[in-house]
Amino acid sequence: MSTTLTSNFIHNKYYKWIVKNLFSSWVNSILTIIALIFVYEVGSFFLNWAIFEADFRTNFQGEVITDRILCSKNIVPGEYGACWAIIYVRWDQFMYGFYPIEEIWRVNFVYALLPLAIVGILFDKIPYRRFFIYFTFIYPFIAYFMLYGGPGISVVGTNKWGGLLVTLFLGVTGIALAFPLSIILALGRRSKMPIIKTMCVVFIEFIRGVPLITLLFTANVMLPLFLPDGVNPDNLLRALVAVTLFQSAYMAEAIRGGLQAIPRGQLEAAQSLGLGYWQTTRKIILPQALKIAIPPIVNTCIGLFKDTSLVLIIGLFDLLGIGRAALSDMTWTKLYYEVYVFISLVFFIFCFGMSRYSLYLEKKLKTDNS
Amino acid sequence: MSSDQVIQLEKVNKWYDDFHVLKDIDLSVVKGQKIVICGPSGSGKSTMIRCINRLEAHQEGTIVVHGTELTNDLKNIDLIRKNVGMVFQQFNLFPHLSVLDNISLAPIWVKKMPKKEAEEIAMSYLEKVKIPEQAQKFPGQLSGGQQQRVAIARSLAMNPDIMLFDEPTSALDPEMIKEVLDVMIQLAHEGMTMLVVTHEMGFAKTVADQMIFMDEGRIVEQAKPDDFFNNPQSDRTKLFLSQILNH
Repeated sequence: MSTTLTSNFIHNKYYKWIVKNLFSSWVNSILTIIALIFVYEVGSFFLNWAIFEADFRTNFQGEVITDRILCSKNIVPGEYGACWAIIYVRWDQFMYGFYPIEEIWRVNFVYALLPLAIVGILFDKIPYRRFFIYFTFIYPFIAYFMLYGGPGISVVGTNKWGGLLVTLFLGVTGIALAFPLSIILALGRRSKMPIIKTMCVVFIEFIRGVPLITLLFTANVMLPLFLPDGVNPDNLLRALVAVTLFQSAYMAEAIRGGLQAIPRGQLEAAQSLGLGYWQTTRKIILPQALKIAIPPIVNTCIGLFKDTSLVLIIGLFDLLGIGRAALSDMTWTKLYYEVYVFISLVFFIFCFGMSRYSLYLEKKLKTDNS
Repeated sequence: MSSDQVIQLEKVNKWYDDFHVLKDIDLSVVKGQKIVICGPSGSGKSTMIRCINRLEAHQEGTIVVHGTELTNDLKNIDLIRKNVGMVFQQFNLFPHLSVLDNISLAPIWVKKMPKKEAEEIAMSYLEKVKIPEQAQKFPGQLSGGQQQRVAIARSLAMNPDIMLFDEPTSALDPEMIKEVLDVMIQLAHEGMTMLVVTHEMGFAKTVADQMIFMDEGRIVEQAKPDDFFNNPQSDRTKLFLSQILNH
């Protein structure tokens, strides 16, 4: 009986896979074991620190943590892990910045509608997609009204916005505004009209040749100079302009790559049927080019989303800015690891989501009939 | 220029930078005429028919289609393209659109036809090229021969009175050539004016009113098929014919 069990085990497909891929030779076996030990050591250390030996709201004595000196690790040095109470206590700031507490429902409302606004763009086979797309175009107005305020609700100046709200606002709005701009830039760069072409090339190359930090400073200092007297756009808007221009240049290059991949015959076929430039572009060239360009476009979006954290240097409190503000609070100072790990996790969730979406699209486009 | 003359080329010259691709081309086509153009690769035969719907611009001479001269005037180009259909060697179907959408696209957007009417027309042309059952498929799902027949239907749906064929069977597997040629022969019998660049000499003998042989950018010989195949005048034509007919 034991022999049949053993032979069953040897013919098991998991067993075969493990032998073939992890223990095929002595070298491979040793590397596998070293890697496993490494993963175990690092993983168990991190999990112990972050979860099993960590404080959440209370310390090991059951007291609610209201100050860093109440963290278990500060009471018994070397015995305990992370002290997440700083995140818990400052949760509202991380999510909303200095938005008035009684108005926070407005931000939550906007957060809750965000998935509905983007689902129609992300997936083409959902039911009632048309209505989701309509909503996508209405959403910015709803979001602006709810966040900033207006008739019927109080105005909350953008200097009160912060944390994830600023990060998402810059990331999502920057990407959304940059998208149409980048299509125009990419088309312009391939235009036969020399002036338009030159303008687009100069714009793209200039923006790509300058660090985002420089652009942010420039927008912050110089934007008011270009506007009429008395018009004094707030800091967040200045940052948004810089971020949008920056993103549009990178996205334009990604789209140009897609445009270049379309065979010339597509253009000729459309022309020979009598389609004009804009009809050909809209119906034939762009649908194919954008499909090809989706992975690099998503790539630039991930880059931009992370780069929004640079706005802290012009005095905006995005997620990272709020984190640094929390650390400078004497009550909570020195809890660096907790704050940075938390911020990393939030950024990671969004960027990983975008990355998976890009992979999903690549797979989908491969099986599509094109 | 007689009234049923539909295409007129006079002293047409074209250069790609320093390379002189078309040299003093004179050609006149009357309504309903079928002209087959052959010649070695690089002889300018494709370039010549691509000049007729301005996919290529000529630099000297005049090209008149339906009494409209081809210049840089976009209005004239649009006008001519609406009446001149073209079929390409590589089919050039739009891969992101279904077969039906490929065909109905231009009627809807260029002729501003209601979608339903355009799709009915598209279906009727798909029946004409004998693949109505493929309407909902995408080009990538069809064989080469089927794709080329869709491309022909797509051109016909604009109801052109001249059709240009640029080596329509050169990219096809041998067993698919016949199904495409059959459609073209049917079209010829219906009286369509056709300019066909091809090396399918059987097809040429069946439908052509005029044969043109081109070499190094010139029309070397132009004759009725009987004379062209049985009694070619120039040595260059004789050599070419002996090479393509003897294999």
